[in-house]
Amino acid sequence: MWNIFQKEIAVFLNSLIAYLVILVFLTFIGIFMWVLPESSILDYGYAEMDTLFSYGPLAFLLLIPAITMRSFAEEKKDGTIELLLTKPISDWSLLLGKYLSACALVAFALVPTILYYISVYKLGKPVGNIDSAAVGSSYIGLFLLGCVYTSAGIFASSISSNQIVSFIIALLLCYLIYNGFNHLASLDLWEGSAVTLLPFGLDYHYNALSKGVVDSRNVFYFLTVIGIMLLSTQLILSSRKW
Amino acid sequence: MSVLVKDLVKIYGTQHAVDGISFTAAKGQITGFLGPNGAGKSTTMKIATCFIPPSSGSVEVCGYNVETSPIEVRQQIGYLPEHNPLYLDMYVQEYLKFAGGLYGMKGTSLQKRIVEMIELCGLGVEQYKKIGALSKGYRQRVGLAQALIHDPQVLILDEPTTGLDPNQILEIRKVIKSIAKDKTVIFSTHIMQEVQALCDQVIIINKGRIVADKTIAEIRNLNTAVKIIRLEFTEQVEITQFNAFEFVSDARHIQGNVYELIVTTEADTRPLIFKACAEKGWTLIEMKVEEQSLESVFRELTSKI
Repeated sequence: MWNIFQKEIAVFLNSLIAYLVILVFLTFIGIFMWVLPESSILDYGYAEMDTLFSYGPLAFLLLIPAITMRSFAEEKKDGTIELLLTKPISDWSLLLGKYLSACALVAFALVPTILYYISVYKLGKPVGNIDSAAVGSSYIGLFLLGCVYTSAGIFASSISSNQIVSFIIALLLCYLIYNGFNHLASLDLWEGSAVTLLPFGLDYHYNALSKGVVDSRNVFYFLTVIGIMLLSTQLILSSRKW
Repeated sequence: MSVLVKDLVKIYGTQHAVDGISFTAAKGQITGFLGPNGAGKSTTMKIATCFIPPSSGSVEVCGYNVETSPIEVRQQIGYLPEHNPLYLDMYVQEYLKFAGGLYGMKGTSLQKRIVEMIELCGLGVEQYKKIGALSKGYRQRVGLAQALIHDPQVLILDEPTTGLDPNQILEIRKVIKSIAKDKTVIFSTHIMQEVQALCDQVIIINKGRIVADKTIAEIRNLNTAVKIIRLEFTEQVEITQFNAFEFVSDARHIQGNVYELIVTTEADTRPLIFKACAEKGWTLIEMKVEEQSLESVFRELTSKI
Protein backbone atom coordinates (compact mmCIF):
# COMPACT_ATOMS: atom_id res chain seq x y z
CA MET A 1 0.00 0.00 0.00
CA TRP A 2 2.83 2.35 0.94
CA ASN A 3 4.53 1.71 -2.41
CA ILE A 4 1.40 2.53 -4.33
CA PHE A 5 0.89 5.63 -2.20
CA GLN A 6 4.40 6.87 -2.94
CA LYS A 7 4.08 6.14 -6.63
CA GLU A 8 0.78 8.01 -6.89
CA ILE A 9 2.18 11.02 -5.04
CA ALA A 10 5.18 10.97 -7.41
CA VAL A 11 2.79 10.91 -10.37
CA PHE A 12 0.89 13.91 -8.98
CA LEU A 13 4.08 15.85 -8.43
CA ASN A 14 5.66 14.93 -11.78
CA SER A 15 2.65 15.57 -13.93
CA LEU A 16 1.68 19.08 -12.79
CA ILE A 17 -1.70 17.76 -11.61
CA ALA A 18 -0.90 18.53 -7.98
CA TYR A 19 0.39 22.05 -8.63
CA LEU A 20 -2.49 22.85 -10.93
CA VAL A 21 -5.12 21.61 -8.51
CA ILE A 22 -3.63 23.46 -5.54
CA LEU A 23 -3.11 26.61 -7.58
CA VAL A 24 -6.63 26.65 -8.98
CA PHE A 25 -8.14 25.89 -5.59
CA LEU A 26 -6.22 28.64 -3.79
CA THR A 27 -6.84 31.19 -6.53
CA PHE A 28 -10.54 30.42 -6.62
CA ILE A 29 -10.98 30.57 -2.86
CA GLY A 30 -8.60 33.55 -2.57
CA ILE A 31 -10.56 35.62 -5.06
CA PHE A 32 -13.83 34.91 -3.30
CA MET A 33 -12.41 35.59 0.14
CA TRP A 34 -10.42 38.73 -0.53
CA VAL A 35 -11.37 40.32 -3.84
CA LEU A 36 -14.98 39.93 -4.95
CA PRO A 37 -17.10 42.47 -3.05
CA GLU A 38 -20.05 40.13 -2.50
CA SER A 39 -18.10 37.60 -0.50
CA SER A 40 -14.92 39.40 0.49
CA ILE A 41 -14.08 39.46 4.19
CA LEU A 42 -12.77 42.99 3.85
CA ASP A 43 -16.08 44.31 2.53
CA TYR A 44 -18.23 42.11 4.68
CA GLY A 45 -16.55 43.22 7.85
CA TYR A 46 -16.97 40.09 9.98
CA ALA A 47 -13.99 38.02 11.11
CA GLU A 48 -15.27 34.75 9.69
CA MET A 49 -14.02 32.03 7.37
CA ASP A 50 -17.46 31.17 6.00
CA THR A 51 -16.46 32.01 2.46
CA LEU A 52 -13.84 29.26 2.41
CA PHE A 53 -16.24 26.73 3.85
CA SER A 54 -19.18 27.57 1.61
CA TYR A 55 -17.23 27.81 -1.66
CA GLY A 56 -14.80 25.00 -0.75
CA PRO A 57 -17.29 22.20 -1.52
CA LEU A 58 -17.98 23.78 -4.92
CA ALA A 59 -14.29 24.08 -5.77
CA PHE A 60 -13.71 20.48 -4.65
CA LEU A 61 -16.66 19.38 -6.76
CA LEU A 62 -14.68 20.26 -9.87
CA LEU A 63 -11.15 19.63 -8.72
CA ILE A 64 -11.40 16.29 -6.96
CA PRO A 65 -12.94 14.43 -9.92
CA ALA A 66 -10.06 15.90 -11.93
CA ILE A 67 -7.56 14.43 -9.46
CA THR A 68 -9.16 11.01 -9.26
CA MET A 69 -10.31 10.51 -12.85
CA ARG A 70 -7.02 8.97 -13.97
CA SER A 71 -6.59 6.79 -10.90
CA PHE A 72 -7.86 3.48 -12.29
CA ALA A 73 -9.03 4.59 -15.73
CA GLU A 74 -5.50 5.28 -16.92
CA GLU A 75 -4.15 2.02 -15.53
CA LYS A 76 -6.88 0.15 -17.35
CA LYS A 77 -6.34 1.98 -20.60
CA ASP A 78 -2.55 1.46 -20.55
CA GLY A 79 -2.84 -2.12 -19.37
CA THR A 80 -0.66 -1.40 -16.36
CA ILE A 81 -3.48 -2.62 -14.14
CA GLU A 82 -2.39 -6.10 -15.21
CA LEU A 83 1.08 -5.40 -13.85
CA LEU A 84 -0.26 -4.21 -10.52
CA LEU A 85 -2.77 -7.00 -10.08
CA THR A 86 -0.19 -9.70 -10.77
CA LYS A 87 2.13 -8.34 -8.08
CA PRO A 88 1.93 -9.81 -4.58
CA ILE A 89 -0.32 -7.09 -3.19
CA SER A 90 -3.99 -7.35 -2.32
CA ASP A 91 -6.73 -5.40 -4.10
CA TRP A 92 -7.25 -3.44 -0.91
CA SER A 93 -3.70 -2.22 -0.58
CA LEU A 94 -3.80 -1.07 -4.20
CA LEU A 95 -7.12 0.65 -3.63
CA LEU A 96 -6.16 2.27 -0.32
CA GLY A 97 -2.79 3.37 -1.67
CA LYS A 98 -4.51 5.20 -4.47
CA TYR A 99 -7.27 6.55 -2.27
CA LEU A 100 -5.03 7.86 0.50
CA SER A 101 -2.66 9.53 -1.95
CA ALA A 102 -5.57 11.50 -3.43
CA CYS A 103 -6.75 12.39 0.09
CA ALA A 104 -3.23 13.59 0.89
CA LEU A 105 -3.38 15.88 -2.13
CA VAL A 106 -6.68 17.31 -0.87
CA ALA A 107 -5.02 17.95 2.48
CA PHE A 108 -2.09 19.68 0.75
CA ALA A 109 -4.56 21.98 -0.98
CA LEU A 110 -6.15 22.90 2.35
CA VAL A 111 -2.96 23.54 4.30
CA PRO A 112 -2.09 26.91 2.66
CA THR A 113 -5.55 28.27 3.53
CA ILE A 114 -4.34 28.37 7.13
CA LEU A 115 -2.70 31.60 5.97
CA TYR A 116 -6.19 32.98 5.39
CA TYR A 117 -7.11 32.00 8.93
CA ILE A 118 -4.03 33.74 10.30
CA SER A 119 -4.88 36.85 8.26
CA VAL A 120 -8.44 36.95 9.53
CA TYR A 121 -7.18 36.31 13.05
CA LYS A 122 -4.85 39.30 12.81
CA LEU A 123 -7.46 41.51 11.18
CA GLY A 124 -9.97 40.88 13.92
CA LYS A 125 -10.76 43.71 16.25
CA PRO A 126 -9.49 43.05 18.87
CA VAL A 127 -6.89 40.74 17.33
CA GLY A 128 -7.94 37.10 17.58
CA ASN A 129 -11.64 37.83 17.65
CA ILE A 130 -12.61 34.77 15.63
CA ASP A 131 -14.48 31.60 16.53
CA SER A 132 -11.51 29.27 16.27
CA ALA A 133 -13.47 26.21 17.34
CA ALA A 134 -15.92 26.69 14.48
CA VAL A 135 -13.07 27.17 12.05
CA GLY A 136 -11.33 24.03 13.32
CA SER A 137 -14.41 21.84 13.06
CA SER A 138 -15.20 23.33 9.64
CA TYR A 139 -11.73 22.35 8.48
CA ILE A 140 -12.37 18.82 9.66
CA GLY A 141 -15.70 18.92 7.84
CA LEU A 142 -14.20 20.23 4.62
CA PHE A 143 -11.40 17.67 4.69
CA LEU A 144 -13.87 14.84 5.32
CA LEU A 145 -16.05 16.17 2.50
CA GLY A 146 -12.97 16.09 0.28
CA CYS A 147 -12.35 12.50 1.33
CA VAL A 148 -15.93 11.57 0.44
CA TYR A 149 -15.58 13.20 -2.98
CA THR A 150 -12.28 11.36 -3.44
CA SER A 151 -13.85 7.99 -2.66
CA ALA A 152 -16.64 8.72 -5.14
CA GLY A 153 -14.06 9.82 -7.70
CA ILE A 154 -11.98 6.67 -7.25
CA PHE A 155 -15.11 4.61 -7.66
CA ALA A 156 -16.04 6.47 -10.86
CA SER A 157 -12.53 5.92 -12.15
CA SER A 158 -12.75 2.18 -11.55
CA ILE A 159 -15.87 1.68 -13.65
CA SER A 160 -14.50 3.10 -16.89
CA SER A 161 -11.27 3.11 -18.81
CA ASN A 162 -12.08 6.54 -20.21
CA GLN A 163 -10.94 9.43 -18.05
CA ILE A 164 -13.57 11.86 -19.33
CA VAL A 165 -16.35 9.42 -18.57
CA SER A 166 -14.84 8.94 -15.11
CA PHE A 167 -14.69 12.68 -14.56
CA ILE A 168 -18.32 13.25 -15.51
CA ILE A 169 -19.59 10.32 -13.45
CA ALA A 170 -17.55 11.51 -10.48
CA LEU A 171 -18.90 15.03 -10.84
CA LEU A 172 -22.46 13.79 -10.96
CA LEU A 173 -21.96 11.40 -8.07
CA CYS A 174 -20.30 14.03 -5.86
CA TYR A 175 -23.05 16.52 -6.54
CA LEU A 176 -25.74 13.95 -5.80
CA ILE A 177 -24.11 13.01 -2.52
CA TYR A 178 -23.59 16.64 -1.59
CA ASN A 179 -26.87 18.17 -2.61
CA GLY A 180 -29.03 15.47 -4.21
CA PHE A 181 -31.10 14.77 -1.11
CA ASN A 182 -31.85 18.45 -0.63
CA HIS A 183 -33.25 18.56 -4.14
CA LEU A 184 -35.15 15.35 -3.60
CA ALA A 185 -36.65 16.69 -0.38
CA SER A 186 -37.79 19.83 -2.16
CA LEU A 187 -40.02 17.79 -4.45
CA ASP A 188 -43.71 17.97 -3.64
CA LEU A 189 -44.12 14.27 -2.94
CA TRP A 190 -43.33 13.61 0.68
CA GLU A 191 -46.26 15.14 2.59
CA GLY A 192 -44.28 16.50 5.46
CA SER A 193 -41.76 13.68 5.74
CA ALA A 194 -39.29 15.47 3.49
CA VAL A 195 -37.26 16.48 6.52
CA THR A 196 -36.34 12.85 7.17
CA LEU A 197 -34.56 12.76 3.80
CA LEU A 198 -32.14 15.54 4.60
CA PRO A 199 -29.81 13.56 6.92
CA PHE A 200 -28.98 11.28 3.98
CA GLY A 201 -27.31 14.20 2.23
CA LEU A 202 -23.75 15.27 2.82
CA ASP A 203 -24.68 18.94 3.04
CA TYR A 204 -26.67 18.32 6.23
CA HIS A 205 -23.70 16.79 8.07
CA TYR A 206 -21.22 19.25 6.63
CA ASN A 207 -23.26 22.17 7.95
CA ALA A 208 -23.59 20.48 11.32
CA LEU A 209 -19.81 20.21 11.60
CA SER A 210 -19.30 23.87 10.72
CA LYS A 211 -21.04 24.90 13.94
CA GLY A 212 -17.97 24.16 16.01
CA VAL A 213 -18.90 20.80 17.50
CA VAL A 214 -17.48 17.59 16.09
CA ASP A 215 -20.37 15.21 16.59
CA SER A 216 -19.51 11.54 16.18
CA ARG A 217 -22.76 10.98 14.27
CA ASN A 218 -21.66 13.40 11.55
CA VAL A 219 -18.20 11.90 11.35
CA PHE A 220 -19.76 8.46 11.25
CA TYR A 221 -21.87 9.54 8.27
CA PHE A 222 -18.78 10.65 6.34
CA LEU A 223 -16.90 7.45 7.13
CA THR A 224 -19.92 5.36 6.09
CA VAL A 225 -20.16 7.01 2.68
CA ILE A 226 -16.40 6.59 2.18
CA GLY A 227 -16.71 2.94 3.21
CA ILE A 228 -19.56 2.28 0.78
CA MET A 229 -17.67 3.91 -2.09
CA LEU A 230 -14.45 2.02 -1.43
CA LEU A 231 -16.29 -1.28 -1.02
CA SER A 232 -18.03 -0.69 -4.36
CA THR A 233 -14.67 0.05 -5.95
CA GLN A 234 -13.21 -3.14 -4.55
CA LEU A 235 -16.20 -4.99 -5.95
CA ILE A 236 -15.57 -3.49 -9.39
CA LEU A 237 -11.88 -4.39 -9.17
CA SER A 238 -12.63 -7.98 -8.31
CA SER A 239 -15.30 -8.17 -11.00
CA ARG A 240 -12.58 -9.30 -13.39
CA LYS A 241 -12.90 -12.59 -11.55
CA TRP A 242 -16.52 -13.18 -12.55
CA MET B 1 7.23 -29.58 -10.79
CA SER B 2 7.27 -25.81 -10.74
CA VAL B 3 4.15 -25.10 -12.73
CA LEU B 4 1.41 -27.66 -12.83
CA VAL B 5 -1.66 -27.02 -14.94
CA LYS B 6 -4.52 -29.45 -14.68
CA ASP B 7 -7.71 -29.62 -16.77
CA LEU B 8 -7.73 -25.86 -17.05
CA VAL B 9 -10.90 -24.37 -18.53
CA LYS B 10 -11.74 -20.71 -19.05
CA ILE B 11 -15.06 -19.72 -20.52
CA TYR B 12 -15.83 -16.19 -21.68
CA GLY B 13 -19.57 -16.01 -22.17
CA THR B 14 -20.15 -19.00 -24.39
CA GLN B 15 -16.65 -19.11 -25.84
CA HIS B 16 -14.21 -21.67 -24.51
CA ALA B 17 -10.97 -19.71 -24.56
CA VAL B 18 -9.12 -22.50 -22.79
CA ASP B 19 -10.66 -25.94 -23.00
CA GLY B 20 -9.13 -28.54 -20.74
CA ILE B 21 -5.40 -27.89 -20.83
CA SER B 22 -3.02 -29.96 -18.73
CA PHE B 23 0.75 -29.69 -18.71
CA THR B 24 3.72 -29.33 -16.43
CA ALA B 25 6.70 -27.04 -16.77
CA ALA B 26 9.81 -28.21 -14.98
CA LYS B 27 12.53 -26.25 -13.26
CA GLY B 28 15.56 -25.45 -15.36
CA GLN B 29 13.61 -25.77 -18.58
CA ILE B 30 12.27 -23.32 -21.07
CA THR B 31 8.77 -24.18 -22.13
CA GLY B 32 7.54 -22.67 -25.35
CA PHE B 33 3.87 -22.00 -25.70
CA LEU B 34 3.06 -22.03 -29.35
CA GLY B 35 -0.21 -21.35 -31.05
CA PRO B 36 -2.00 -19.13 -33.52
CA ASN B 37 -3.58 -15.88 -32.33
CA GLY B 38 -6.57 -16.50 -30.11
CA ALA B 39 -5.49 -20.02 -29.24
CA GLY B 40 -5.66 -19.35 -25.50
CA LYS B 41 -1.98 -18.73 -24.75
CA SER B 42 -2.46 -15.39 -23.05
CA THR B 43 -5.52 -16.55 -21.16
CA THR B 44 -3.59 -19.49 -19.72
CA MET B 45 -0.82 -17.15 -18.65
CA LYS B 46 -3.23 -14.68 -17.10
CA ILE B 47 -4.71 -17.48 -15.05
CA ALA B 48 -1.29 -18.70 -13.95
CA THR B 49 -0.39 -15.19 -12.77
CA CYS B 50 -3.68 -14.83 -10.84
CA PHE B 51 -4.94 -11.97 -12.98
CA ILE B 52 -8.10 -13.86 -13.82
CA PRO B 53 -9.43 -17.03 -12.19
CA PRO B 54 -10.05 -20.29 -14.04
CA SER B 55 -13.62 -21.41 -14.77
CA SER B 56 -12.56 -24.87 -13.68
CA GLY B 57 -9.42 -26.90 -13.28
CA SER B 58 -6.37 -25.76 -11.35
CA VAL B 59 -2.95 -24.20 -11.68
CA GLU B 60 -0.24 -24.75 -9.09
CA VAL B 61 2.91 -22.67 -9.01
CA CYS B 62 5.68 -23.99 -6.73
CA GLY B 63 3.05 -25.87 -4.77
CA TYR B 64 0.72 -22.89 -4.31
CA ASN B 65 -2.72 -22.93 -5.87
CA VAL B 66 -3.68 -19.80 -7.82
CA GLU B 67 -7.15 -19.65 -6.32
CA THR B 68 -6.42 -20.36 -2.67
CA SER B 69 -3.08 -18.58 -2.23
CA PRO B 70 -2.79 -15.96 -4.98
CA ILE B 71 -0.40 -13.67 -3.08
CA GLU B 72 2.16 -16.48 -2.63
CA VAL B 73 1.82 -17.46 -6.28
CA ARG B 74 2.42 -13.90 -7.42
CA GLN B 75 5.48 -13.68 -5.20
CA GLN B 76 7.00 -16.65 -7.07
CA ILE B 77 6.26 -15.34 -10.54
CA GLY B 78 7.91 -12.76 -12.71
CA TYR B 79 5.47 -11.76 -15.42
CA LEU B 80 5.85 -9.82 -18.62
CA PRO B 81 2.33 -9.28 -19.99
CA GLU B 82 1.53 -9.12 -23.67
CA HIS B 83 2.17 -5.65 -25.16
CA ASN B 84 4.43 -4.93 -22.16
CA PRO B 85 2.49 -2.22 -20.31
CA LEU B 86 4.75 0.34 -18.62
CA TYR B 87 4.47 3.68 -16.88
CA LEU B 88 5.85 5.93 -19.57
CA ASP B 89 6.25 8.89 -17.21
CA MET B 90 8.57 7.00 -14.89
CA TYR B 91 12.32 6.83 -15.09
CA VAL B 92 13.86 3.41 -15.66
CA GLN B 93 15.42 3.18 -12.20
CA GLU B 94 12.38 4.66 -10.52
CA TYR B 95 10.18 2.06 -12.19
CA LEU B 96 12.40 -0.85 -11.21
CA LYS B 97 12.45 0.46 -7.66
CA PHE B 98 8.67 0.64 -7.65
CA ALA B 99 8.36 -2.90 -9.04
CA GLY B 100 10.87 -4.23 -6.49
CA GLY B 101 9.01 -2.45 -3.72
CA LEU B 102 5.80 -4.23 -4.66
CA TYR B 103 7.62 -7.52 -4.10
CA GLY B 104 8.59 -6.33 -0.63
CA MET B 105 12.21 -5.53 -1.49
CA LYS B 106 13.83 -2.43 -0.10
CA GLY B 107 16.98 -0.60 0.85
CA THR B 108 20.43 -1.51 -0.38
CA SER B 109 19.52 -5.04 -1.48
CA LEU B 110 16.94 -3.58 -3.85
CA GLN B 111 19.39 -0.97 -5.07
CA LYS B 112 21.97 -3.68 -5.72
CA ARG B 113 19.45 -5.79 -7.54
CA ILE B 114 18.44 -2.86 -9.76
CA VAL B 115 22.05 -2.37 -10.78
CA GLU B 116 22.32 -6.10 -11.56
CA MET B 117 19.15 -6.05 -13.63
CA ILE B 118 20.25 -3.02 -15.60
CA GLU B 119 23.48 -4.87 -16.34
CA LEU B 120 21.77 -8.16 -17.21
CA CYS B 121 19.18 -6.62 -19.50
CA GLY B 122 21.67 -4.31 -21.19
CA LEU B 123 19.96 -1.12 -20.05
CA GLY B 124 23.18 0.63 -19.09
CA VAL B 125 23.13 3.47 -21.59
CA GLU B 126 19.43 4.15 -21.19
CA GLN B 127 19.09 3.82 -17.43
CA TYR B 128 18.67 7.54 -16.70
CA LYS B 129 15.95 8.10 -19.27
CA LYS B 130 12.21 8.17 -18.94
CA ILE B 131 10.60 4.95 -20.13
CA GLY B 132 8.52 6.96 -22.60
CA ALA B 133 11.72 8.08 -24.32
CA LEU B 134 12.96 4.53 -24.94
CA SER B 135 12.67 2.55 -28.16
CA LYS B 136 10.54 -0.54 -28.25
CA GLY B 137 13.50 -2.89 -27.77
CA TYR B 138 14.65 -1.08 -24.67
CA ARG B 139 11.13 -0.93 -23.28
CA GLN B 140 10.98 -4.68 -23.67
CA ARG B 141 14.19 -4.95 -21.67
CA VAL B 142 12.68 -2.78 -18.95
CA GLY B 143 9.68 -5.11 -18.91
CA LEU B 144 12.00 -8.08 -18.58
CA ALA B 145 14.08 -6.40 -15.86
CA GLN B 146 10.86 -5.66 -13.98
CA ALA B 147 9.80 -9.31 -14.23
CA LEU B 148 13.19 -10.50 -12.94
CA ILE B 149 13.73 -7.95 -10.20
CA HIS B 150 12.80 -10.25 -7.32
CA ASP B 151 14.67 -13.25 -8.70
CA PRO B 152 11.47 -15.27 -9.24
CA GLN B 153 11.26 -19.05 -9.41
CA VAL B 154 8.95 -18.90 -12.39
CA LEU B 155 9.16 -16.52 -15.29
CA ILE B 156 6.13 -16.08 -17.53
CA LEU B 157 6.66 -14.08 -20.69
CA ASP B 158 3.80 -13.37 -23.04
CA GLU B 159 5.17 -12.84 -26.54
CA PRO B 160 8.36 -11.16 -25.34
CA THR B 161 9.80 -10.63 -28.81
CA THR B 162 6.89 -9.33 -30.87
CA GLY B 163 7.57 -6.10 -32.68
CA LEU B 164 11.32 -6.19 -32.19
CA ASP B 165 13.94 -6.09 -34.92
CA PRO B 166 16.05 -9.22 -35.53
CA ASN B 167 19.01 -7.99 -33.47
CA GLN B 168 16.82 -7.08 -30.54
CA ILE B 169 15.13 -10.47 -30.74
CA LEU B 170 18.50 -12.18 -30.50
CA GLU B 171 19.49 -10.11 -27.49
CA ILE B 172 16.25 -10.75 -25.64
CA ARG B 173 16.63 -14.46 -26.37
CA LYS B 174 20.14 -14.35 -24.99
CA VAL B 175 18.89 -12.83 -21.75
CA ILE B 176 16.13 -15.42 -21.44
CA LYS B 177 18.57 -18.24 -22.09
CA SER B 178 21.09 -16.94 -19.57
CA ILE B 179 18.61 -16.76 -16.70
CA ALA B 180 16.78 -19.99 -17.46
CA LYS B 181 19.25 -22.34 -15.77
CA ASP B 182 17.70 -22.45 -12.34
CA LYS B 183 14.24 -21.14 -13.17
CA THR B 184 11.09 -22.29 -14.84
CA VAL B 185 10.49 -20.22 -17.92
CA ILE B 186 7.23 -20.29 -19.86
CA PHE B 187 6.97 -18.08 -22.86
CA SER B 188 4.48 -17.76 -25.63
CA THR B 189 5.17 -16.94 -29.22
CA HIS B 190 3.94 -17.57 -32.69
CA ILE B 191 7.40 -17.53 -34.19
CA MET B 192 8.57 -21.10 -34.82
CA GLN B 193 12.28 -20.41 -35.08
CA GLU B 194 12.15 -18.91 -31.64
CA VAL B 195 10.89 -22.14 -30.20
CA GLN B 196 13.59 -24.07 -32.02
CA ALA B 197 16.24 -21.65 -30.79
CA LEU B 198 15.17 -21.46 -27.16
CA CYS B 199 12.97 -24.19 -25.86
CA ASP B 200 13.43 -27.53 -24.20
CA GLN B 201 9.76 -28.32 -24.28
CA VAL B 202 7.15 -27.24 -26.80
CA ILE B 203 3.44 -27.06 -26.18
CA ILE B 204 1.39 -26.34 -29.24
CA ILE B 205 -2.13 -25.23 -28.55
CA ASN B 206 -4.99 -24.47 -30.85
CA LYS B 207 -8.50 -23.30 -30.06
CA GLY B 208 -7.96 -23.83 -26.35
CA ARG B 209 -6.67 -27.38 -26.62
CA ILE B 210 -3.20 -28.87 -26.56
CA VAL B 211 -2.39 -30.48 -29.89
CA ALA B 212 1.21 -31.37 -29.11
CA ASP B 213 3.31 -31.48 -25.95
CA LYS B 214 6.79 -32.65 -26.89
CA THR B 215 10.43 -32.04 -26.22
CA ILE B 216 12.28 -30.16 -28.90
CA ALA B 217 14.12 -33.37 -29.88
CA GLU B 218 10.85 -35.20 -30.45
CA ILE B 219 9.65 -32.38 -32.66
CA ARG B 220 12.86 -32.59 -34.68
CA ASN B 221 12.38 -36.34 -35.16
CA LEU B 222 8.86 -35.68 -36.24
CA ASN B 223 10.36 -33.47 -38.90
CA THR B 224 13.02 -35.78 -40.26
CA ALA B 225 10.72 -38.76 -40.64
CA VAL B 226 8.71 -36.99 -43.30
CA LYS B 227 10.44 -35.32 -46.22
CA ILE B 228 9.22 -33.69 -49.34
CA ILE B 229 11.39 -34.14 -52.42
CA ARG B 230 10.78 -31.78 -55.26
CA LEU B 231 11.68 -32.97 -58.75
CA GLU B 232 11.83 -31.12 -62.02
CA PHE B 233 12.10 -32.79 -65.43
CA THR B 234 12.47 -31.50 -68.94
CA GLU B 235 9.16 -33.05 -69.91
CA GLN B 236 5.91 -34.39 -68.44
CA VAL B 237 6.33 -37.81 -66.80
CA GLU B 238 4.21 -40.54 -65.26
CA ILE B 239 5.11 -39.68 -61.68
CA THR B 240 2.64 -42.17 -60.22
CA GLN B 241 5.10 -44.93 -61.14
CA PHE B 242 7.06 -43.86 -58.03
CA ASN B 243 4.26 -45.18 -55.87
CA ALA B 244 5.83 -48.57 -56.45
CA PHE B 245 8.59 -47.61 -54.04
CA GLU B 246 7.95 -48.55 -50.45
CA PHE B 247 9.25 -45.30 -48.98
CA VAL B 248 7.12 -43.06 -51.16
CA SER B 249 3.81 -42.37 -49.52
CA ASP B 250 2.56 -40.00 -52.15
CA ALA B 251 3.65 -38.77 -55.58
CA ARG B 252 1.95 -35.77 -57.09
CA HIS B 253 2.10 -33.30 -59.90
CA ILE B 254 2.63 -29.69 -58.81
CA GLN B 255 2.73 -27.64 -61.99
CA GLY B 256 4.38 -27.78 -65.42
CA ASN B 257 7.19 -30.31 -65.17
CA VAL B 258 7.52 -30.08 -61.39
CA TYR B 259 6.56 -32.99 -59.15
CA GLU B 260 6.65 -33.80 -55.46
CA LEU B 261 7.34 -37.02 -53.62
CA ILE B 262 6.39 -37.43 -49.98
CA VAL B 263 9.05 -39.69 -48.50
CA THR B 264 8.63 -41.35 -45.14
CA THR B 265 12.05 -42.56 -44.13
CA GLU B 266 15.02 -41.04 -42.44
CA ALA B 267 17.46 -42.55 -44.93
CA ASP B 268 18.65 -40.51 -47.89
CA THR B 269 16.62 -41.76 -50.85
CA ARG B 270 17.95 -39.35 -53.44
CA PRO B 271 20.37 -41.82 -55.18
CA LEU B 272 17.54 -44.35 -55.58
CA ILE B 273 15.26 -41.75 -57.06
CA PHE B 274 17.96 -40.56 -59.43
CA LYS B 275 18.67 -44.09 -60.66
CA ALA B 276 14.98 -44.81 -61.11
CA CYS B 277 14.60 -41.71 -63.24
CA ALA B 278 17.62 -42.65 -65.34
CA GLU B 279 16.25 -46.15 -65.92
CA LYS B 280 12.95 -44.75 -67.11
CA GLY B 281 14.80 -42.36 -69.41
CA TRP B 282 13.44 -39.21 -67.71
CA THR B 283 15.73 -36.20 -67.81
CA LEU B 284 15.98 -34.98 -64.23
CA ILE B 285 17.19 -31.39 -64.05
CA GLU B 286 16.52 -30.57 -60.39
CA MET B 287 16.06 -32.46 -57.16
CA LYS B 288 15.59 -30.73 -53.85
CA VAL B 289 14.78 -32.03 -50.37
CA GLU B 290 12.50 -29.66 -48.58
CA GLU B 291 13.24 -29.75 -44.88
CA GLN B 292 9.98 -30.05 -43.10
CA SER B 293 10.35 -27.36 -40.48
CA LEU B 294 8.61 -26.91 -37.21
CA GLU B 295 6.60 -24.41 -39.13
CA SER B 296 4.97 -27.08 -41.24
CA VAL B 297 4.42 -29.28 -38.22
CA PHE B 298 2.72 -26.34 -36.59
CA ARG B 299 0.61 -25.65 -39.67
CA GLU B 300 -0.40 -29.24 -39.90
CA LEU B 301 -1.31 -29.55 -36.24
CA THR B 302 -3.21 -26.31 -35.97
CA SER B 303 -5.21 -26.54 -39.16
CA LYS B 304 -6.62 -29.98 -38.45
CA ILE B 305 -9.39 -29.02 -36.06
